[in-house]
Amino acid sequence: MTAANTALPLDDAAAAADPNPAQARNIMIVGVGGQGVLMISKVMALLGQRQGLQVKQSEVHGMAKRGGIVFSHVRFGKEVWSPTIAKGDADALIALEWAEGLRWLDHLKPDTGVFIADTRRIVPPFACRSRKHGATTNYARETPAEIVGRIADGYALDATSIAEELGDVRAANTVLLGTLSVSLGDPAAEWLAVIEELVPKRTREINRKAFEAGRAWAEAARADPELRFDKTIAWRPASRPHADVSFEVTINPAWCKGCDICVKLCPERCLAMSREQVATVKHPEACTGCHVCEWLCPDFAISVKTNVRESATA
Amino acid sequence: MNLQVRDVEVEAAGTESLPLMGNEAIARGAWEAGVRVAAAYPGTPSTEILESLAGYPASDLYADWSTNEKVALDVAIGAALSGVRAICTMKHVGLNVAADSLMSQSYIGVHGGLVLIVCDDPGIHSSQNEQDTRLFAKLAGVPVLEPSDAQEAYDFTKLAFELSEAFDTPVIVRSTTRLSHTRSLVRVGSRKVPAPKGFVDQPTKTVTIPANARRLHPKVIEREARLAKFLEDSPLTRWEKGDTRFGIVTGATSYLYVKEVAPTASILKLGTAYPLPDETIKAFAASVDRLIVVEELEPVLEKEIRGLGLAAEGKAFFPRIGEFSPELVRAGLAKAGLMDPAPAPLSLDIEPMARPPVLCSGCPHTATFLALRGLSARVAGDIGCYTLAAVEPLRSIDTTVCMGASIANATGMSLSGTETKPIVATIGDSTFLHSGIPPLIDAVYHKANITVVILDNGITAMTGGQDHPGTGRTLRGEPAPRVDYEKLCRAVGVESVRIVDPYEVGRLYQSLREAISTKGVSVVIARRPCVLDPVKIKGTALAVNAAGCVACQSCMNLGCPSITWSDEVHEGRHKVKIDPASCIGCTVCAQVCPSDCIQPVH
Repeated sequence: MTAANTALPLDDAAAAADPNPAQARNIMIVGVGGQGVLMISKVMALLGQRQGLQVKQSEVHGMAKRGGIVFSHVRFGKEVWSPTIAKGDADALIALEWAEGLRWLDHLKPDTGVFIADTRRIVPPFACRSRKHGATTNYARETPAEIVGRIADGYALDATSIAEELGDVRAANTVLLGTLSVSLGDPAAEWLAVIEELVPKRTREINRKAFEAGRAWAEAARADPELRFDKTIAWRPASRPHADVSFEVTINPAWCKGCDICVKLCPERCLAMSREQVATVKHPEACTGCHVCEWLCPDFAISVKTNVRESATA
Repeated sequence: MNLQVRDVEVEAAGTESLPLMGNEAIARGAWEAGVRVAAAYPGTPSTEILESLAGYPASDLYADWSTNEKVALDVAIGAALSGVRAICTMKHVGLNVAADSLMSQSYIGVHGGLVLIVCDDPGIHSSQNEQDTRLFAKLAGVPVLEPSDAQEAYDFTKLAFELSEAFDTPVIVRSTTRLSHTRSLVRVGSRKVPAPKGFVDQPTKTVTIPANARRLHPKVIEREARLAKFLEDSPLTRWEKGDTRFGIVTGATSYLYVKEVAPTASILKLGTAYPLPDETIKAFAASVDRLIVVEELEPVLEKEIRGLGLAAEGKAFFPRIGEFSPELVRAGLAKAGLMDPAPAPLSLDIEPMARPPVLCSGCPHTATFLALRGLSARVAGDIGCYTLAAVEPLRSIDTTVCMGASIANATGMSLSGTETKPIVATIGDSTFLHSGIPPLIDAVYHKANITVVILDNGITAMTGGQDHPGTGRTLRGEPAPRVDYEKLCRAVGVESVRIVDPYEVGRLYQSLREAISTKGVSVVIARRPCVLDPVKIKGTALAVNAAGCVACQSCMNLGCPSITWSDEVHEGRHKVKIDPASCIGCTVCAQVCPSDCIQPVH
């Protein structure tokens, strides 16, 4: 895939040369609540509007503020009907978070769709839930190196770090806008004017720098496909070998006075009070061997023993 | 759009175009129609309509939140009967609350125009169900208009007021999440306010005693016929001639998906779902070889059209559940043998990572539900952000039915005599004012043995931070009288009322224990402002002393989005770290840390 056939005609001259002018252009922007997905959508919508095109911008609100998924569809063209982009019909997919980008990849046009992703990983608490000994984060396993080579046109950059170095991590979305502007083959000036109109006055300078940094990165990446994904990112292995361990909690009922501190503070809720108001082990299989009950028991009535089966160590 | 309704003409939109979200377009239409009173209870996806209306000058219209949807509709009815135009907006389930008023008002009719905006949520993006408001409209005998895009949302809202006055009926304009939250350019006009007419003495019309209601009901039936006739050659009904091998009857956003995937088809676009232009539908059916109905949710049009004796096909190819999309409409038409299926999308065999919504960093509800789980309570929950405590790691809510159900559900659990756990109802401050007070009175009356936890975060948080009578502010930010929950509870006969700060975890635990062991109805008011609204709260972030962290996962049990695993491991378990950018410093994690290794960053 060469850069030329992924460029989208946005300016009038290019639109005139477009063999299929009624076809709407479809840009999808995805991320996590609070990342600035809607800011990118607004820029894209205003750009389309400035070019005298019909624009539809559709977003999902509601649960977004609470750490959930955010996605926005922006469509522009001579005539735009559906407010949403059909699966397999997006010209570009901009992801502000890596795993969110992976979630929507099937919306890209298989032959020409451009994928631009920040390699930033926002690991939700949900992915840190396994209490199995040696468990690792349940984050998306695919790395940029694996993905970028398998799609029509892909770019993965550490936009968050680029923005951070420029002085404001919140400008990461503008870095991605800069990268997108190169992919779409657009002149920078028009985009910058729109961005400056939409961002708060005091952040204009940082946003201009972020946009230009994104453009510079994209131009280097287009010149050298080897640079299309940031290889400096340390990607943890999906799983690590671990020993087969189990834990044994013993409670001396004669010493327990029924204060129920252990029951209330066990993180795995393994313990319960008996009818006689003595602590008992109700779910021994859930114990992770953290020793909290053992340490906090005011009467030294609890002991936790770790059993390791070394033969099972991988 | 030029719309002729009897002798009333709706002015065609001007030349100015604004990029408006569907909800903003509705507000603009209502403002231009000369609305004087606007009332609503917030609910996704309808909330922005009233917020947009409050963006117009206070001298133009009164716009403010009501305690619930029925109250809002009753306020709007009172205004309409006093001769001004009034609007009431709500989400689909809000209409259940307001239904009692709507059913009677259909008989009474209007004086000044009365329009209800009801926003459905196909796909259940942020609701407890996906009921179809079009069925409600038919039950009430009230016309329901269905705009497709923001331009029509504006046009139809304006027209709805004309129809309301011309046909002496409340009118429903039905939106959906997709329409409400899609932004596009809208040609707008200017505001024209009809002269206020004042209240007219006509008790046989406005007092629904049986003798009057019996006379009013036939008028509803006759009105239905007049409306249907009006629709036959109204711009609300649009026949787009095309390929006659099949014809599609559709409306709302489904129309847009049809245009996207089948631009050359013959289309009958219906601007109403009730009543329907029967004659036009029959003529359209006669002009095509096959008649296909494309409609989201229930087969409302399909059944009506079949009732005309026409061989309409619809739900055989299109689902009755969930939100439509261009790909889904294309797949349906392909299933009907009318189109080729779409080419296969990019398949990379990636299993998407789950990212469920969570309570915010520092959310005051977190500690309350952690404590309720610790107390092994049977918890009847309610509607609000705190519904998120129903899943791991807080998993402490046993039931969530609808707005205001928690307290009476708990009463029922208590009266059943089968529950051995302490019974607790949890209800947010806004939900309590919405529909929690009558059930609290009922619980006291029944001597139910329950504890009611009022989660008082001082705002309607779930919908994005709206004021209510407990916040002491109006929608326009003016000071307002403030409800005192403690006095209110005592006044209805609750003797045991405690107020506690949920950030003080030990005291919270103790208060809940005491309340649970109190016989009869006890109330615990867990009071701490929402971290997002009305002001975004950010205190000193906390950090984990990694050397002391024993990776016990106690803090992970909060489900706080600022706390994640670090790369360090202790005895096979991940130690934790705190993201300083998002941590607001609530200290709840530090309070539950048994090794005392979470400290403020200095």
